[in-house]
This record gives sequence, structure tokens and C-alpha cells, in this order.
Amino acid sequence: MSAPRTFVKWLVTLGSLHAIVVCAGFFTPYDPIEQDRKNPYFPPMRLHLVDEQGRLHLRPFVYALKLRAGTFDQYEPDTSQSVPVKFFKSGARYRLLGFVPSRIHLFGSEGTRICLLGTDAYGRDQFSRLLYGGQISLLAGILGAGCTLSIGLCVGAAAGYFGGWRDNALMRAAEVFLALPWLYLLFALRAFLPLSVSPLKAFFLIVAVIGAVGWARPARLVRGVVLSAKERDFVRAARGFGASDFYLLRRHILPETSSVLLTQAAILIPQFVLAEMTLSFLGLGVPEPTPSWGNLLSSLQQYSVLVSYWWMYIPAMAMVPFFLGYLGLASSLQERLEPYKIERRIPGGLA
Amino acid sequence: MNNRRAIPFYRRIFLALSAVFLLLPGPGTAYPQQKLPKEELLVLPGEVGKTGGRLVVALRGEPKTLNPLIAADTRSREVIGIMQADLVHINRATQLTESALAKSWKISADGLQYTVVLRQGLKFSDGQPLDADDVLFTFRVYLDESVHAPQRDLLIIGGKPITVRKLDARTVVFQLPETYGVGERLFDGLAILPRHLLEKPYQEGKLGQIGTLATAANQWAGLGPFRLKEYVAGQRLVLERNPYYWKTDVKGNRLPYADELAFLFVPNADAQVLKFQSGETDVIAPLGAENFSVLSRQQRGYTMTDAGPGLEYNFLFFNLNDLGEKASAELARKQKWFREVKFRQAVSAAVDREAIVRLVYQGRGTPLWGLVAPGNRRWGNQRLAHPPRSLERARTLLKEGGFSWSNGADGESTLLDSDRKPVEFSILTSSSNADRAKMATLIQDDFKQLGIRAQVVPLEFRSLLDRVTQTKEYDACVMGIASFDADPNSDINVWLSSGGTHLWNPSQAHPATAWEAEIDRLFGEQMSARTFEQRKKLYDRAQEILAENQPMIFLASPDILAGAKNSVGNFHPAVLEPYVLWNVEQLYVKSGQENATR
Repeated sequence: MSAPRTFVKWLVTLGSLHAIVVCAGFFTPYDPIEQDRKNPYFPPMRLHLVDEQGRLHLRPFVYALKLRAGTFDQYEPDTSQSVPVKFFKSGARYRLLGFVPSRIHLFGSEGTRICLLGTDAYGRDQFSRLLYGGQISLLAGILGAGCTLSIGLCVGAAAGYFGGWRDNALMRAAEVFLALPWLYLLFALRAFLPLSVSPLKAFFLIVAVIGAVGWARPARLVRGVVLSAKERDFVRAARGFGASDFYLLRRHILPETSSVLLTQAAILIPQFVLAEMTLSFLGLGVPEPTPSWGNLLSSLQQYSVLVSYWWMYIPAMAMVPFFLGYLGLASSLQERLEPYKIERRIPGGLA
Repeated sequence: MNNRRAIPFYRRIFLALSAVFLLLPGPGTAYPQQKLPKEELLVLPGEVGKTGGRLVVALRGEPKTLNPLIAADTRSREVIGIMQADLVHINRATQLTESALAKSWKISADGLQYTVVLRQGLKFSDGQPLDADDVLFTFRVYLDESVHAPQRDLLIIGGKPITVRKLDARTVVFQLPETYGVGERLFDGLAILPRHLLEKPYQEGKLGQIGTLATAANQWAGLGPFRLKEYVAGQRLVLERNPYYWKTDVKGNRLPYADELAFLFVPNADAQVLKFQSGETDVIAPLGAENFSVLSRQQRGYTMTDAGPGLEYNFLFFNLNDLGEKASAELARKQKWFREVKFRQAVSAAVDREAIVRLVYQGRGTPLWGLVAPGNRRWGNQRLAHPPRSLERARTLLKEGGFSWSNGADGESTLLDSDRKPVEFSILTSSSNADRAKMATLIQDDFKQLGIRAQVVPLEFRSLLDRVTQTKEYDACVMGIASFDADPNSDINVWLSSGGTHLWNPSQAHPATAWEAEIDRLFGEQMSARTFEQRKKLYDRAQEILAENQPMIFLASPDILAGAKNSVGNFHPAVLEPYVLWNVEQLYVKSGQENATR
């Protein structure tokens, strides 16, 4: 398959995955923080089309779960009680894309709740939490990568274009940043921040922390591209005609860095999603009850959860398709954009 | 007959030699296993066990010292409790006192003089005899201000120390400055120290430096069932049978049954569970409900026991400290709500205690409305109301307290105070305690139903304690306390306004409120009351005042959960600490084989 078609394929895959997460309110049946205290640790419910008697139903259904006598968290399907899935059902309020108020959910049921991925310790629907949690984790990754790349772009362009002592100073600073033990620094940084922060503030703090961390590598890449670009004939010509530094950077040099930046973005986003997950897993991220992928996994720190409720691992699996998508996109981007770029012609151009 | 030939000569010599060694008495049997004629030993009722074998227990972390004079952490105290003994002991099963090193004691009519007679023939674990001088020395050291012993506070009554004098070699008289309601329970846990080892360091002012874990086994002695054998840093502490122990079973066999007791150091509760599950340890307690159910589900060669409600009480409290100028405007605003008794009553009415018991303790716990945990059989006030959760009542109370609601666009309502500001605050919990973090999350959701926005802030336990008792920069906190004794006086520092664990407003110079002053007064009276009925009446009243004012919103009390290998005999977990090792001298290994192969 040619490079452009691979690229489009990855883009469509990623786009649809993100669309599902962005429209979590529609795709999930319940409010992610609504507790159902009677039903903790439901195992995932299976969707059926054929019932116990072997009859085929056109409408998919699940069997309600009943507690095994004498236990606290052992359920078994109650085959006498089937719960049909209702599509486009009115339920909990939410805001589509953050502003369109709505109550319509893709699916739902009357009475007994349908928990496709089970419930957690408080009886909250894991499927709803997973999709809503994706909003936080992915957005943190994307915003964090945006932050990092803008800092990297500014620093790299300044260092490469102006050169001399400025180059030296900026690049040495970047090296120091690369050498720091980041995870521990993140802990220290988070520990200094106020104790109780609202989920929104906590989210932006995470984004800022993650974003401020990773700029050194993209800055070095950008510097390399700028360094070679500024010596090219058309840039020299433009300078000869009296173009200002700002004009040169904007019109001729920075466009050359776009391929590097896009590729970097596709690599950095999954990395930063993982960083958010690490912070939240360790309790330094978005506070309860707001879900994020790291939060969802944090209950696995307890041995009893680890060995008793396998569906608590699902959020860890959820990131696999996303990461695969991003990394596939990154490599097809590289293939697609590389041939036109100049750094190949200048040995050592990429730092 | 050819078999003998088949064994090489050197092997035969070796076998013969080992047979000789096996016949020689081992070090543990140097002292007679049966009672000597002039000894007055304590005979323990109960199942007669089998001597020998080794018991292994996992300890959450390493003890810091073996010296009772400086031990402040629970791990050290747990180990010391086994290596030392007291004059009068509280039986963990019956929760009543019984004689220990003291054969008998007499209390004078005015309740001020305790005459204690020691058992005859008592010896420390190094074989040195114990007499009244050791007791005198012990209390002198405990009361010496320069030693900074944690026991000192217990021996100061009404600001004056207890005085001790010797009548004869086995009789000691304790003179109390005023009557003390606790009675002889006072002596529980006060280890009698070996004067022959400690006197010199005491005179040199070096008491704090001895009794470290690195102490040579022959340089340390106690009166407990086990004595020091070996310590390997970061791994284990091994104790061996004290051959001079002063208890026997009904058949006259000297206790303890086990030859060795080993403590393995593990970092946390989960590691404790793993060690127990893999058969490396013999008993485990206390357990969280979730780990208990994991172990119960995959039972292999062990038995899990729910010993019933314990003495731990978990509660939510608000920052009621009078901070004056120091308080930030933000906190001062919040404290106005917290000080409103209707607000606290509303919070109490809104908390879903049943859900806490079900979701946090998997049903292995009891909802709580007062400071006396259900495991405390004698002291709970039975008349205390147990109102079920009612959001209706909570809303009515809030309305009466001057609060109101505003409705948002999405249908969620926000609670507003009298200045029309939204009610928002944070709840601290210990990050290492999953149970309490869960409680806080449940409470947070309960509050949401009232329109209160609460943030749960998990914090490392030490910094949490620092915030609550030192800097006092917090809004609310979920915490738990496990009483060490059923007598209310074990929690006196929680009750008294001058107490250091009077958490909502600790160490007050003068009671901040009239009802705190009233509790102080009731407690003072209770101290000098002579009969149980009198004390109980005063104590019941104090519980009622507490329930009315809700400075602590009591949540739930977990059951004491324990487990033991089926090969461990006499396993009877109690609800008082130490939950399974309280009768360690009677625990025995049923089948020697199984343990020998480990």
C-alpha cells in the first residue's frame, strides 16, 4: 500500500476512536460518577441474542446478575430475568461536545443496569468511566504535546536561527532537561502544588507539568532543521532582498519544520497519555470521583482487587488501539513527508 | 546383615556421633520443663498443646527497638509485648484483669493504696531472679523525667506521680495521689525491667542507647514467653522459648509450647497476605475485609476467622480549632459552617453508614454512632439513638442552620451558606489506608446529594497527622483510632479538651465550648468514682453529649479478621491488640512434620 493510503487509514482509525471518546456522553449509558451501592464489583455482562431455550431474539439482551448466597461480590447470571437493550434511550443528562445538552444515550435499559465492562468498588459503570476517562487522558496527552511542541519550536527556532551564544545557552539548557530524572521531578513538582484542587485545576496542572517536561528533544530536532534551512539559496535570496528575521522564519524556515513537528506530535501524544496515567495511578492526577485511565487503574494497587476482579484491567487494554494508531500515524507521516525534505541532503542535519 | 557393611566407616562414625548429640539435652531443656517445688507458676486453662516447633508471623515493617523505655511505634510494642511481662494483665479474651507477675493484689478502702505480692521463684529469661527491687527500679525509671519514657504519663495522676515502696522481697506498695477509676488495669503493659542489666546504663544516662535490635542475645532479658535469639536486618527477628517462663498448662507443662517465634519483616498488608497464602507464615491478623475474602475464597490448609467487632472506630471530623489571626480568610469562612452544630448533625444524618459497612468492610463491620466501638462489651451506651440515614432530615437541619440551595442549569443544586457562598471543602485521608479512602469517596457522594462539593485529598499519614495536630491547615479529615483497652480511660486523650488526640481541637488550654467543659467534668468525676455503675453512668452521659454535638461523625467499626494454618493449635483471635499473639505462649504446632520441612 502506498504511503498516502496508509496515512489515511491510520487517520480514519484514530479519528473514529477519538470521536467515540469525545462523544462519551452519547455512547455510554450512565453517568460515570453515579454510584450504585447495592452492586459493587459486577463482572462484565455478556450481550446475548440467543436465550437459554435456544430462541433467537432480534433485540440483544443481557441476563440480570444475582448475588451468590453468602458472598459479597460473587455474582451469577439470573437466566430467568433477561434485560433487553433499548437503543437511543433517554437517561442521565450530559453535554455533547461539552456544550449541547442532551439526555439521549446510544443504549440503555429499563430497571436493571447494563454494565458491559462490569462495575467498580462503588458500583459505578466501568464502561462509562472508561470512555469518560479517555476524555481526560487523551486531552491531557494532546494538550501536553501541544505545549511541548510550541516550546520546542520556539526554543529550537531561536537557537538554530540566531546561533552563537544563544544557540549554546539554549542547547545546553535542553541537555540539562534531558538529563533530569523526570518521574521524580514530577512527584516533587506535584507535591509543591496546593493540596486540594478542583478536578479542572488538577487537569490543567497535569497538562502544564507534562507539557513543560518534554520540550528538549523536539527543540533539538527543530534546531537541526532550521540550521540547514537558513543556509538554503531561497532563504539567502530572500534575505538579500531585505526580508526581516521574523518574515524569513515565518515564511521560509518554519514551514520546513512541519514534518518533524507532526511526527513528533504523533510520538509524544501517547507518551504523554502514559505520563498522565502514571501520575493518576499514583494519586497525583485528577482526583476522585472524576475518571481518568490512570485513576481507573489505581485500584489495582490493592492485591485483593488484582486477584479478584479481572475486569479492572480493561482500562489498561483500552490504550492499546490508541497507541497503535498514533505510532502507525507517526511512521506513515514520516514516510509521506520525508522525501521532500532537505535534512537528508545535509549530513548530520538532524541532531 | 550386609547392610551394615554398605555404610562406609566414616558415615558410621558420623551417625554414632549424631546419636550422642541427639541424646544430650538441648539448651532449651536445661531448665526443668515441669514446675519446681518452690515456684508459684500461673496455670492457664485451655487445650493442652504439643511442645516444639516454630511459629512464623509477618510483621508490617521492622520494629525500631526492643527497649520498652523508648518504644513508640506499634511494631516495637508488639514484639516487646511478647518479650516482657507486666504485674497485672488484661485478658484479651475476657477484657478483664488477671494476675500476672503479681500473684495477688489488694486495694485499700480509700482506693489509694495497692499492695502487690509477686509470685515466688520468678526469673528473667537469662536466669536472674526477680524481686521487689526490680519492680522499684522499673517504676523509678519510668517516672524519671530525664528518661522520657512513654509510660510516664500513665503514672502521673492529677499532676502527681505514683509512689512505690517495698515492704519485703516480694511485696510492693503503690501509693496513688488520688483515686483512679481504672484500678489495677493501670499495670497492664508496664513491663517489669531487669535491674541487673539496666542499672548501670541508667546511672550513666545511656538507657536510650541499649536494647537495640543489634543487642547480643545474652545482653537482653525479659519476663515474657520468648527471648531474643537472632536478628537479621531487613529480614527477620527470631525469638526462642524463655525456659524460665512462669506459666504452665493444666498438665503442668511449662509454657510456651513453641520453641521459636520468628517475625518476618514485610513492607505492607498485601505482602503479609502473600506470605500467608504461600504458607511461609502461620498466623495473620489483622486483615482487611477484601484480603480476608480473597484468602477465604482460596482456602488451602488454613482457617479464616471473623473474631467479631473490634475496638477501632472510624470517624469524620471538622477543623474546629480556634486559630485566631493565623487562620486564612478562606478557612475562617469554612469554620463558620463547621462550628454550626446543625451542620454537623446534618452531615451525620446524610452519611450512609450501611453502605460503608457493605462496600468498605464487605459486611464485616458495624455502623457506628458513638465513640464506643461495638467490640467494647461493657461500656457502650445502649440508649444512644441510631438514626438511619435521612437526606430529608439533613436538609431540614441545614435549613434550620441558615443554609439554602441554588439550582444550576443542569439540575444539580448547590448548598449555599448564609452569605450565599457555595459550601465546598476538602476531606483529608491517609493515602496508605485504602479503607478510609473508600469511606471518604462514599461520603463525598453523600455530600453531593446535599449540594456540598467535597474534594478527597489522600495524604501520606505523617503529613496528615502534622496538619491535623500541628499546623491545623485542613478542613475535614477521615481518621480511625483503635483503642488498646476496653476501659474508656484508654481513650482519655480523645475525650478531654486538653488531650493531644482531641482531634477536632487538640490540646486546649481551656475548654472551648460548654459541652467540652461538661465532658471534661464528667471524666474527672468518673476517674475518682469507685464502682463500675457510677463510672458507667457518667460515661453514658458523656457519650450522649458527644452524640448531640457531633464533633466527630462516627462512621463504622471493622470486625477483627484473622487467619491461621490448620496446624496451629489454640488459635483464638481476640478483638484487643495483639489480636492473635495475645496467647502466644499457648499457640502450638500440631504436626511437627509439616513445619520441619519448611
